[in-house]
Order: sequence, then C-alpha cells, then structure tokens
Amino acid sequence: MAESPQPRRNFEAPQGMWIRCAKCTQMIYRRILEENLNVCPDCDHHYRVDARTRIAQLNDPDTFEEFLAGLESTDPLEFTDRIPYKQRLQKVKSDSGETEAIIVGKGFIKGRPVILGAMNPDFIMGSMGAVVGEKVTAAAERAADENLPLVMVTASGGARMMEGMVSLVQMAKTSAAIARLDDAGGLYIVVMSDPTTAGVAASFAFLGDVIIAEPGAMIGFAGARVIANTIKATLPEGFQRAEFMLEHGFVDRVVHRKDLRSEIARIIDYCGK
Amino acid sequence: MSAQPNGSAGGGMPYLLEFEKPLSKMELEIQRLEATQAETGRDYSEVIGGIREQLTSALKQTYAKLTPWENVQVARHPKRPLLRDYIRMMCTDFTELHGDRLYGDDRALVCGFAKIAGTRVMLVGHQKGRDTRERLECNFGCAHPEGYRKALQKMQLAAKFGLPVVCLIDTPGAYPGVEAEERGIASAIAVNLLELSRLKTPMVACVIGEGGSGGALGIAVADHVAVMEHSYYSVISPEGCAAILWKSGEHAAKAAHALRLSPRELLRLNLIDSIVDEPLGGAHRDPDGAARNLSAWVDRSLREVRRMKIDALMKRRYDRLRALGSFVTESKPERPRSRRSSKAVTEAAAS
Repeated sequence: MAESPQPRRNFEAPQGMWIRCAKCTQMIYRRILEENLNVCPDCDHHYRVDARTRIAQLNDPDTFEEFLAGLESTDPLEFTDRIPYKQRLQKVKSDSGETEAIIVGKGFIKGRPVILGAMNPDFIMGSMGAVVGEKVTAAAERAADENLPLVMVTASGGARMMEGMVSLVQMAKTSAAIARLDDAGGLYIVVMSDPTTAGVAASFAFLGDVIIAEPGAMIGFAGARVIANTIKATLPEGFQRAEFMLEHGFVDRVVHRKDLRSEIARIIDYCGK
Repeated sequence: MSAQPNGSAGGGMPYLLEFEKPLSKMELEIQRLEATQAETGRDYSEVIGGIREQLTSALKQTYAKLTPWENVQVARHPKRPLLRDYIRMMCTDFTELHGDRLYGDDRALVCGFAKIAGTRVMLVGHQKGRDTRERLECNFGCAHPEGYRKALQKMQLAAKFGLPVVCLIDTPGAYPGVEAEERGIASAIAVNLLELSRLKTPMVACVIGEGGSGGALGIAVADHVAVMEHSYYSVISPEGCAAILWKSGEHAAKAAHALRLSPRELLRLNLIDSIVDEPLGGAHRDPDGAARNLSAWVDRSLREVRRMKIDALMKRRYDRLRALGSFVTESKPERPRSRRSSKAVTEAAAS
C-alpha cells in the first residue's frame, strides 16, 4: 500500500545552498525556497514538506500544543521483509527526528482555534499504521469534544504494509471517528498535499466537509504503475493530480500554499465555527 | 492498493494446485473404480473404501499444514464456491436489486433481499465470475465506485426497514483503472467506511475467498467479522507486497507469511471475531458442506448481534473500531485487547 505513486529522484529534500527545481530546472537559492513556503518562486512547483514545517507554515507562531507525541508502533506482526520493520522504524526515526508519520495537536490559524494534523510524507511514505490511525481518531474526537474545527493536512502513500491488517482496519477506525465528528456537527477541513493515495485517500482524507488540494498533488487510490499495468497503456498527462480530481468533482478547491491560511480561516468563518 | 485482477485460473483443464496433485490421483482412481463397478457389476467397494481412507488422511495431513501462501491459493481456487453459488445453495429466496442510482450497475458487487436460515436480510457481496464471459462482466470481482455506492444505497435501504445486513467478501481489490479513479474510487470507499460505521442496523461480514485490501474493507465494517478457514484478508496482495518490499513478485510466499493474512493469525491479532470452518480439503471439495457452515454462521452471528438494542449495538460498533491497533506510550507497551474490552486502550490513548 505504501507504494510511491511515482518514484522521483529529484530534490524534494534539498541539502545544499542551491538546488535545481525538479520541475522548471531553474537554480533556486535554498533560503529563498524556504521563505517561499517550499514553493518554487519561478514555476510554483509545490515541494513536499515535513509535518513540523507544515505546522509552522499554517499555524500562528508559538501556539501549537502537540498531543499524543509519545505514541510509537509496537510492530504487531513482527514483520520482516529484507530488513525487520523494527529496524526500518529505528532508521527512519533517527533520520527524521520524528516518532511517526503524523503530528496532531491544538493550534490557531489566523487566531481561530483548531485541532490540526499534518503528515510526514517521508516517514515510510507517510503510511498509516496503528499510531497514525490512533492520532487521527484522537484528533477527531478532541475536535468533537471541544467543538473545534479539525484541519488535516494529508501526505501519505496509504496503509502501512508492515502492519498488515492492523493498518488496513485503521481506515475503518479513522472513518468512524470522522462520522462521530460529523454527527456532532463538527467542521472537518482536509488539505490534500502530495501524495494523498490508497488507504489514506480512501479513508479520512476523502471525508472532509471541505476538501482543498495543493496544486499538482498526486491524489488517487491505485498506484499509477498498477493502473498502467491493468490498461496496458501509458497514463494521460496529469492523471491523478489535484487538477484532475477537481475536474472530476472530488475536491472543492485547488489552493496555492501561500493562500492556505486565509482560505482555511475563511471556511471556518463561513461555517460559523 | 488494490491488487491486479487474478486471472490465473486456466481454461477447461482441471486446475490443480501443486499440493493437490497427489490427492487428485486418488480421487481419479476412486472415480475410475466406481465407473468400472457400475459398468461390470463387480464389487470394488472394499478397494474404494481403502483408497477413500487414504485420501481422507492425506487431505487431513495436507490441509493441516498449509502455508499462508498455499492458503491464498486455496482462496483463489477456480473451483471455489463464489457468491452466486452460495446464494443458490443457502438462500431460500434472493431478490436482486441493481444499480447505484448515480451511474450504473456494477456486476462485481451483488446486492439483494435474501432469506438465509429463515431470516430476511440484505445480502451484499462480491462476485468474481465463473467462466470467462462472467469474469469479464464482473471484472474478476474488482468493483468500481458504482459498486460501492450501490452497496451503500442498498444497505441504507435495509437500515430504513430494519433488515440486518450480511456482507460476503471475495475480491482481489477494488478495480485499478482509469475510470475507477475518474469516478472517485477512493472517495466511494471512504464514504462507505464512514456510513457503515453508523448504519443503524445489525451487520455481519464474512470473507468467503479473497479479502483484498480497501476493496474488501469497503463492505466489511460490521458488528461481527468472520473469515472462512481457507480465505485470506490482507492489506495488500502477497504479490504486490513482494514487488514493493522484496522488489520482486516471486517472493509472494514470504510476503504471505509476513503479512499474517491467514484466518488463525487474524484471530490471534483480534482483527476478526470468528473463523468459519470449511469441509476437509477446502470449500471447493464440498460446496454444499461449505454453504451449510456459512449459513449456520449467518444464523449464529446474526442472533448474537440482534440480541442487542440498536443504540447499544451502535456504541459497541464504535468501541470495537476504536480499539483496533496497539501502540506504545512512553515505553509502556499496550497489548492488543480483546475486541470486547476496548476501554483500557481508549483510555490509555486519551491520557
């Protein structure tokens, strides 16, 4: 499930002072890119960002209180492929400095209190195992209990294979929590970023009252390679991108990263939350 | 991710799994002797009885130690009973209801009023297709968005009139194609998961063959979830998992083991409530016996969930979903609990 929709060897996590844009190939000064919310100043290519950066970009400064930060996977299947899952987790934890593929907490967007979640697309493809499932569920319950809007920024390749069926059922668990939030009259805003696919797309991501997508984000269910195999043909340009989903009626708006804060704030105001 | 439609089942030739071949020799020998007996009038019953005994003990031995990968192959056996076979064998009435009222009628997902073990229910399930024509019509059991929307619409109809819902799952996965994406397969499955979690009627679900990923889960949120003895239920097909993690589909057997997709493992992990026994040697050797067991399970599981008041049942459904998964908090491991005692895990998570 946690398959990369399109393996890309580009500069998603640039290290040097200068990087070459993965899309327009212009050289960009790294600091300029960061100041521009990790969007290419020349071509508007939206780079993937990790959860901490995302929260820093969306949330009012110094107002974010993370919850359930201590949750970690138990490796319920004692899963081993070419390397043990435990070892894989250890490595990604030390590489990223994060404990899991999602961060949830309470924050403020333009002064409006929200429950906010953001995913780490590079943490085992941002895949959902028991911990991600639990944090999304807890965030939805918290939003319902405190009558706050829930804002979820998705970036995930789907369910986490290494947790097997334990990860698949997180789709049902998180969706049930969103149902409860809905029953409580809560507002749920989803921001789909690159990539939002498979088990995460087919659960809490596509359940937003309002669904926003970032330009160019890969959004879909099946992996592009699998589909290409099924139809025995190459896929059309722009297939499974945010704009494709907009055209087919499955997202409400495609919004530039620089406008996300004001858009979210406006939606919250319209919904009176 | 959804699996590729599995079209490996050959044409007219008798299809034998590798580990079935020695068994098949004995079965053929019995058939031959029976035919000769009928033709010549000579009595071979003693010989036949002897071979039968051998066959039974060989079946027992073989099926007692099936590897997870072999079990997957039994789940995909081309002779394995399909949804429509079970409908024929165990429903005294079936009134099919077509269409999602939005786009079309997906033949991979079958819905209808049904009478099972004397109980009126809404039956929903995947149909893979038996012959080539039907398989193509059903896309090998891989449903499109309209299939999931049809299933939901019929289940909501059931809830309106207080009918319990029985879901029978048999799919390699949702259909991985361009049109499925264009019509919002991810959205359709997501909406089903949300709506089924709060659908006010008793629901039971059983995997009767392949339980492939989101395409299976899309109709499998229920108050009692079972898996038939030689079925599997997995987040991804073993081949798909092997292709990604081992970089080669040839490691499917290893992936099948690692994924813990066999019924006993699923039960051990508290992910399902029960296993429905199959006749010795798998459902394909005795479809009627399999149907009797499945019908008895429907009866039993429905009685169990229908005993509860609907509000209590709804609370229980949420609590059971809520308790799925285990994690560590501050280095204190939380073990998976019995699905009935969700409270402890929930509290640990909330603290």
